[in-house]
Amino acid sequence: MVETISSPPVAGTSLMARSTSRLGALNRMPVLITIAILWLVLMLAIAVSADLISPYRFTQMDLRNRLSLPVFMGGSWAHVLGTDELGRDVLSRLITSIRMSLLIAFGATIIGAVIGVTLGFVAAHFRGLVEQAVLALVDFSAAIPFLVLALAVLAFFGNSLVLFVCLLGFHAWERYARIARGLAISGKMHGYAAAVHQLGASPWRLYGRHILPNIASTLIVSMTLAFPEIILLESGLSFLGLGIQPPDTSLGNMVGFGREYLSSAPWIMLAPAFVITVTALCVSLLGDWLRDRLDPTLS
Amino acid sequence: MLHYVLSRLLRAAVSIVMVVTFVFVVLRMSGDPATVIMGADAPPEAIDAFRKAWGLDQPLWIQYFAFFEAVFSGELGRSMRDGRDVVAVVLERVPSTLALTVPAFLINIAVGIPAGVYAALHRNSLIDRCVMVMAVTGFAVPSFILAMLLVLIFSVNLGWLPSAGQDSWLNAILPIATMGFGGAALLARFTRSAMLEVLGQSYIRTASAKGLPWSAVVWRHALQNAAIPTITIIGFMLGGLVAGAVVVESVFSWPGVGRLLVVSVANRDLAVVQAIVLMIAITMVGANMIVDVLYGLVDPRMHGQARPARRG
Repeated sequence: MVETISSPPVAGTSLMARSTSRLGALNRMPVLITIAILWLVLMLAIAVSADLISPYRFTQMDLRNRLSLPVFMGGSWAHVLGTDELGRDVLSRLITSIRMSLLIAFGATIIGAVIGVTLGFVAAHFRGLVEQAVLALVDFSAAIPFLVLALAVLAFFGNSLVLFVCLLGFHAWERYARIARGLAISGKMHGYAAAVHQLGASPWRLYGRHILPNIASTLIVSMTLAFPEIILLESGLSFLGLGIQPPDTSLGNMVGFGREYLSSAPWIMLAPAFVITVTALCVSLLGDWLRDRLDPTLS
Repeated sequence: MLHYVLSRLLRAAVSIVMVVTFVFVVLRMSGDPATVIMGADAPPEAIDAFRKAWGLDQPLWIQYFAFFEAVFSGELGRSMRDGRDVVAVVLERVPSTLALTVPAFLINIAVGIPAGVYAALHRNSLIDRCVMVMAVTGFAVPSFILAMLLVLIFSVNLGWLPSAGQDSWLNAILPIATMGFGGAALLARFTRSAMLEVLGQSYIRTASAKGLPWSAVVWRHALQNAAIPTITIIGFMLGGLVAGAVVVESVFSWPGVGRLLVVSVANRDLAVVQAIVLMIAITMVGANMIVDVLYGLVDPRMHGQARPARRG
């Protein structure tokens, strides 16, 4: 069975020392990470203010300006990134798609973390048969490509937005479960957990208030690493026509429909492709950097 | 050692039982399996025959065992599209998929491992940086975007290679390149860090301190030890190849198992989906078991234990 046991961060570090080292970290932040954070802030701002900043409604058609060129290819400023085959503004669709894709990725990441951490804690608390069952489930989901499982579920149950987000939420749950179980088992051996237990705290209090905060940094790192994978998974499924369904739009969905016009209007596909790639790249750079800084299992 | 191999076999068997159970549960949850598998407009006598064959008139636990029997005797139903046996429908697509995945896998290994080792041996050199940039890009550019960029460059703009279909071997180049690049990037990144970790060990210092030429240190000590974690990641890469085939075959209209899966999901041809999922799962479990056993052979410390988890 898979073990990820390691020591939790030292609880005794004084708050002062910690906050100064965080500030120091900010000063020593590499340029690349600064750029990555700026890009992600930009994406978040676009997602939040999507309705305010998009020049048109994302479904609004302009049939006289179908497949018009983007500005940098000699098009007009009326449609900065050009239009698609129905004359819909690519920039407006891009903005709406960014919001949809980020929303799905956030939702799915949180669902995955909640499921995984809960099962990991359950395994660590009860041990024995329950633990073996959780570990067998972990083995099972690590053994099969998630894309294939997801396709099977979509085939049997059909597609809806809620089902789709929940389904993506199951991506990477086994990693959180593994980490949460390992860290909870080692956390329970520490004095603070035994003390809280002896004081008569319920398991909810012990795991929720004491063990969870101690392993939070490792979990946040795992979430940062899973986030771009979910963006890629969502865009892959939507690209295949099996994820987000029209009239809704997501980044992968835009690339998928842009594929038909690859030779005549490549800008339809290039804009969302660029956003997917750069966003995934930025989140994973940030995740790698955070892991080097925060993950106590590495030091 | 025998104990180790047996425990791996047992775990593989448990995984396969869980996969079959998963398909069973999902199938039951989605409605009446007979109409789901045969299609709503199937003739009633065919549905009756199916109910009998799968024992759908029996209690659930008997159905469960009957399902196992059906799976292992290869009776997975008929395709909605042409009424043919799904096992035959899926098997005839396998060679096309292998024609892409096997060369891509060889490229992954032939490019990824040497690039990773070279980068680690020349840390912080220009080539090391190039390898790392490629490796990170390989992760962030999803295969469908890479595939379409390749089509845009080599088919649309340059007109050198065909963009879809399976008319000649030229059609295979772009899909293989797409799948080869992604895996090679992942493997290079992983090999590099495995190699760097080994190179920092004290036995490497000892070996070079006792006067061994550097090449001997690398060949005899470093490479063999770095091989251990690398084998693990190769096992996980097989899963990535399968998932990659699903996407890449769809982009290039390549008539393999992956495209069949996507088309069947879109048409809700569930018997085919079920057969493909079971086949992929069993292949993956088998491959992972082989990796586990290889792991035990390469690393004597691992006897009786599991290989470590993938990072993250």
